[in-house]
Amino acid sequence: MAHDTRSYPQKPADAYLFATCLVDQFAPDAGLDAVRLLEREGIAIHFPEAQTCCGQPAYTSGYPDEARAVARRQIELFPEAWPVIVPSGSCAAMMRHHYPKLFAGDPVLEPKARALGERIFELTEFLVHVVGFRREDRGEPCTVALHTSCHARREMGAHETSAALLAGLAEVTVAQQARAEECCGFGGTFAIRHAAISEAIVGDKVASLRDSGAGRVVSADCGCLFNILGHAEHQDRAAGRSEPSLPGEHLASFLWRRTAGEQQ
Amino acid sequence: MSQPMHYQPTTGFAERARAAAGDPALRRGFRGAMDFLQAKRLAQFPDAGDLSALRDLGAAIRRHALENLPQLLEQLEAKLVANGVQVHWAETPAQANAIVLAIAHRIDAKRMVKGKSMVSEEVGLNHAMEAAGIEAMETDMGEYIVQLAGEGPSHIIMPAIHKTRQQIAELFAAKLPGVAYTENVDELIKIGREVLRRKFAAADIGLSGVNFAAADSGTLCLVENEGNGRMCTTVPRAHIAITGIEKVIARLDHVPLLNTLLPRSATGQAVETYQNFISGPRKADELDGPDEVHLILLDNGRSQAHADLQLRATLQCIRCGACMNHCPVYARIGGHAYGTTYPGPIGAIISPHLLGIGATAALATASTLCGACNEVCPVRIPITEILIRLRNEAQARPAAAGPLRGAGEARSALVSAIFRAWAAVYSHPALYRLVTWAMSRGRVLTPRAQGAWTGIRTPLIPAKKRLRDLLAQRRRQ
Repeated sequence: MAHDTRSYPQKPADAYLFATCLVDQFAPDAGLDAVRLLEREGIAIHFPEAQTCCGQPAYTSGYPDEARAVARRQIELFPEAWPVIVPSGSCAAMMRHHYPKLFAGDPVLEPKARALGERIFELTEFLVHVVGFRREDRGEPCTVALHTSCHARREMGAHETSAALLAGLAEVTVAQQARAEECCGFGGTFAIRHAAISEAIVGDKVASLRDSGAGRVVSADCGCLFNILGHAEHQDRAAGRSEPSLPGEHLASFLWRRTAGEQQ
Repeated sequence: MSQPMHYQPTTGFAERARAAAGDPALRRGFRGAMDFLQAKRLAQFPDAGDLSALRDLGAAIRRHALENLPQLLEQLEAKLVANGVQVHWAETPAQANAIVLAIAHRIDAKRMVKGKSMVSEEVGLNHAMEAAGIEAMETDMGEYIVQLAGEGPSHIIMPAIHKTRQQIAELFAAKLPGVAYTENVDELIKIGREVLRRKFAAADIGLSGVNFAAADSGTLCLVENEGNGRMCTTVPRAHIAITGIEKVIARLDHVPLLNTLLPRSATGQAVETYQNFISGPRKADELDGPDEVHLILLDNGRSQAHADLQLRATLQCIRCGACMNHCPVYARIGGHAYGTTYPGPIGAIISPHLLGIGATAALATASTLCGACNEVCPVRIPITEILIRLRNEAQARPAAAGPLRGAGEARSALVSAIFRAWAAVYSHPALYRLVTWAMSRGRVLTPRAQGAWTGIRTPLIPAKKRLRDLLAQRRRQ
């Protein structure tokens, strides 16, 4: 995989944020916390207002023309040679590894897609390998479980960088979970199209996260988080519990709160 | 015997998957078996670097063979014929069965014993033999069990993996005269072996599959664990091997490398118990072996996969089953739910060539694209990329549909309209801003019932302020 051999740039003065459609619309706090984390490291973060979505929903659903129509607009958004940071392993992998395939054979867009792919960094990858993130943990002792998305793990190597960031927090214990490397059953439109199978997979994932003994789950991918937390919350409601039994959040928010000393 | 299951897999897939995922015994059985096989495989490959290098070599051998497929098949045929093996070509399952029947009629055969062969499942050979009054008896223990139960295999390597010990005990007691109920595995195997031993002695034809066919020497390589393959290929008067055209490799000395990958990836064994190298019928001065050896080379859609440079990688498969052993979907629904001869990730990419893109469209979408299959494939088939391509083909507009059989058949006017609308919004930033602004402002109006999503999850509700709003607010402060 590409992450095995990737060489990383020096920490830049400027970088772009590609927030992803899910973060922009459904989890803006995760995006804001990513910006805070990066700006505290002295990096000016630029958010191109014309960004929308990486195009993955159409790309994985059999609609490459629609995926290209959306993706080509994103390719144009980053004129400076700065890194592009994405707080989602799945969307980062789409832009880094799949854009060149999506535009294969296009004399203009394929080279542009390849050049952009070289500048795409998943957030935790960037924090570990480019920033050299080291901040004091100012939170209370706690135990969390880490869920890494399949694309973050297999296409971006982000299971290692996410784990490294948590390992750098002195008061945080990472709980062992059964089959940590197994998919959560989200899979984009798969969750709708094959609901019964998705339900079986996410049911097992939530069970193994609960069994890990962690009171909280963190992930650097919002798709998985919405799937896992949404299912856990659905179970809570069915059981008449008013407090979430398995709360969770984006790793960026967790990391920011712990290191900024804000309240849990 | 039940009907072969490889018809219309898309029809009823959702129902079969739902039933399987909701069956606690099936779920427990497959989960336990998959965990066991994953751990055994991992123990065989302790060094990730070594494994990666082996996979590179395995992939290179298979790609090389496929790049030279027509020449290698001609060379294989010439070498086999020189070795005294009779070579037959079958384009369709019906042709393959007709070839077997013609041989059986010529030598007046009434009884056939079969080693494990997924291609024989693919062509429905047992049914064809039965219809012609020829007994076709499975001799691999797992295949024997599913045949006795009137089922098909649920896994390409472990055909009876869906059956519990208790179910097998009940099956034997019910179907085999004079057999008492026992859950003792050793006794169950002994019972099966006693039945099969008599069948080997009485058989006229032994049928087998082929793992690799070496073109340079004209050798059929067959690996197995029970010795039944050796019995099938040596005891009866005639041995008929049947395989897909893609199983050819350039050189016999490619076999050791592939055999390093195959059993370790499949069952987590360092080596198979039996490795058979078959290079012809019994010679005049030899005591053992069949009087005649035949090889049937089946196409059945493989040429279609071969003609497309991306889809050709599908044919690299050495049928180890590691992709299904690591698939989160297969682990939840088992093999029968797929409704195809070949289940799991490899089944989802090979079946479209056998049965048509439209008929198998549900299988291509029944994947989260998690990539666990890519990661374990010993010959580096990019399974998820091929699944994406097959999804594109299934949804293709009539004008854009390529030459693949059944392309465009799964196109839905509704889903196409949804993605057109989606693309219109997401490729026009001003429109996106307007729509998402309206969604966040009108968030209280967000439907709480969101189709299949909210069947088991709480609804997704837009945030009060989008990230772009929060950032703009922050800039103003």
